[in-house]
Amino acid sequence: MAEMKPIKFSDEALALSHKIMKRYPEGKQKSAILPVLHLAQAEFGGWLSAPVMDYVASLLSIQPVEVYEVASFYSMYNLKPVGKCVIEVCRTGPCWLMGAEDLVKFIEKKLNIKEGQTTADGMFTLKTVECLASCGTAPMMQIGETYHENLTFEKCSDILDNYKAKGENVSHWRKERITNHSDIKQ
Amino acid sequence: MGRQLLINDLDKEGIATLPGYKAHGGYVALEKALKMKPEEVVSEVQKSGLRGRGGAGFPTGMKWSFIAKPPGVPRYLVCNADESEPGTFKDRYLMQRKPHVLIEGMIISSFALGANVSYIYIRGEMMYQFHILEKAIQEAYDAGYLGKNILGTGYDLDLYVHCGAGAYICGEETGLIESLEGKRGNPRIKPPFPAVKGVWQCPTVVNNVETLAAVVPIINMTGDEYAKIGIGKSTGTKLISASGHINKPGVYEIELGVPVEEFLYSDQYCGGIRNGKKLKAVVAGGSSVPILPGEKLLKTPKGEPRLMSYESLSEGGFGEGTMLGSGGFIVMDEDTSVVKNLWNFTRFYHHESCGQCSPCREGTGWMEKILHKFLDGHATMADIDLLWDIQSKIDGRTICPLGDAASWPVASAIRHFRSEFEEYVKNGENMRDIQHYYRVNNLQPA
Ligand SMILES: Cc1cc2nc3c(=O)[nH]c(=O)nc-3n(C[C@H](O)[C@H](O)[C@H](O)COP(=O)(O)O)c2cc1C
Ligand code: SF4
Ligand code: FES
Repeated sequence: MAEMKPIKFSDEALALSHKIMKRYPEGKQKSAILPVLHLAQAEFGGWLSAPVMDYVASLLSIQPVEVYEVASFYSMYNLKPVGKCVIEVCRTGPCWLMGAEDLVKFIEKKLNIKEGQTTADGMFTLKTVECLASCGTAPMMQIGETYHENLTFEKCSDILDNYKAKGENVSHWRKERITNHSDIKQ
Repeated sequence: MGRQLLINDLDKEGIATLPGYKAHGGYVALEKALKMKPEEVVSEVQKSGLRGRGGAGFPTGMKWSFIAKPPGVPRYLVCNADESEPGTFKDRYLMQRKPHVLIEGMIISSFALGANVSYIYIRGEMMYQFHILEKAIQEAYDAGYLGKNILGTGYDLDLYVHCGAGAYICGEETGLIESLEGKRGNPRIKPPFPAVKGVWQCPTVVNNVETLAAVVPIINMTGDEYAKIGIGKSTGTKLISASGHINKPGVYEIELGVPVEEFLYSDQYCGGIRNGKKLKAVVAGGSSVPILPGEKLLKTPKGEPRLMSYESLSEGGFGEGTMLGSGGFIVMDEDTSVVKNLWNFTRFYHHESCGQCSPCREGTGWMEKILHKFLDGHATMADIDLLWDIQSKIDGRTICPLGDAASWPVASAIRHFRSEFEEYVKNGENMRDIQHYYRVNNLQPA
């Protein structure tokens, strides 16, 4: 069981979320919900638990249900625990034409999981996603903020081995972007 | 190669930074525009004939002229950088390599519309480009192009990037506005149009990345000169995202009016079909537009060469033509199964339907299931008619155009490739092989 840590943003993430809230007119801080949920996901292990969503609601001074309904609408929010590294393979038309289906099968076999599942060591979760605006370099997958394009089985295999060797948590909103957000305008 | 106005100098060093961009003529248009009256800027854009590059092709100057101006109410410009139409990747390409052209275009456009706060709504997956834009915006603030009293003119503008979180429907302009307000991206019933009641119920203009970037060359060269490029009502240049079975996939800037055949086969552009295969079909403007067999794409119903323009691509109407759409040019070679491709697109629309309208929510799901039957080898001839029937009952009966976008690919695939559907009925046993997706999507046979 996870130990009961109080749910609270790091100082950097808190400062950044306040900066983000100020971008919207007085009283419209609810608009910050999507970016702040991304931050929350980066801060709390790659997924949004109910207590984390409640915390975000309190930060934005809105009702928890307003956060739940948003979090469940958008595909980038994970409402279940995920591995350290979420592999998002594009499965839409143009990528499919270029072999995305076989790529998914290859990764399933390599990691011995099915789409939607997490490896036993907690390293990888495999997701399929819709067109990521990279169709000219298909097939492709996204890991964290990085697009891996023009994939072949070998290339994909090497990339995954690399992530595994590093063993780090990878999220869409990278840690260093949170700690060093001087170029993020409030 | 025709003229290029947007991606002409991507090879120049530092073009993604403010000094590099300025060294190649950047922010000259802004200085020029700020010496004009806002109405004069709008008028230049009207004269240019620029049409929205996000998909619908609505004249930009006209859209701007509709913005309501109630006293004391703020107005907003929102850039649609949600780019999620399958087959489209030009906006991401442009923002990553030349972020300042979008920022300059947005400052000029915000000035023209009288907006003092503007947003770029970028899809959440493009976190990398999000940070590129943040950095570029900071550079623009530091140079006095954003913030209070821009270049001493008394005009104030704040520009922010807002990120989405994965939902195709947030590309639809009212879905985008809802999302910017921090809600689910459910499109709104129109009217009222965003120009009257948009974000936070204030007058709002939503424009695509490429549309706003094109304002920069328009101001530089004047609207009249811009209108001389292109053909007829398809003025200027257009970014085309070319993907699929071609030798040279990528983003190309064309002068509107280039023959489709030249675009597809010449080495300047797509470089022909890869592996020496023959062309089967093309989806010429992003997944939502009708699919056309190769020969109908290359020639209009009158037998003339078809051109890459709004008018020429739609010549022949929905029966024989298609649309320029967002410029997502998806090419399929002779080995491609149109039925399978259609299943993939239909699965996409089902997945992305926001669920507000029954025809779209239910219809896309039914169509997906029926297409599974084809791929799984137990469809009947009656299923072809059933598919046709369902799509015809979605088209035009929904809150937003996603419903239409889901039905047109089905209608056109059946219209032009009926025999292929029949082949799946007759010979399905030998053709089935998508068990994988079947499983992962947890779908039961219909
Ligand atoms: C389902 C759906 C998705 C859309 N996605 C996008 C998109 O990703 N980017 C975009 O610019 N326009 C998109 N549009 C079109 C927008 O609603 C809108 O017409 C456009 O942003 C207007 O800008 P423009 O006039 O500059 O083209 C979409 C429309 C629909 C119906
Ligand atoms: S047409 Fe589909 S996506 Fe658009 S509002 Fe209706 S249900 Fe939502
Ligand atoms: S279809 Fe995969 S990136 Fe567009």
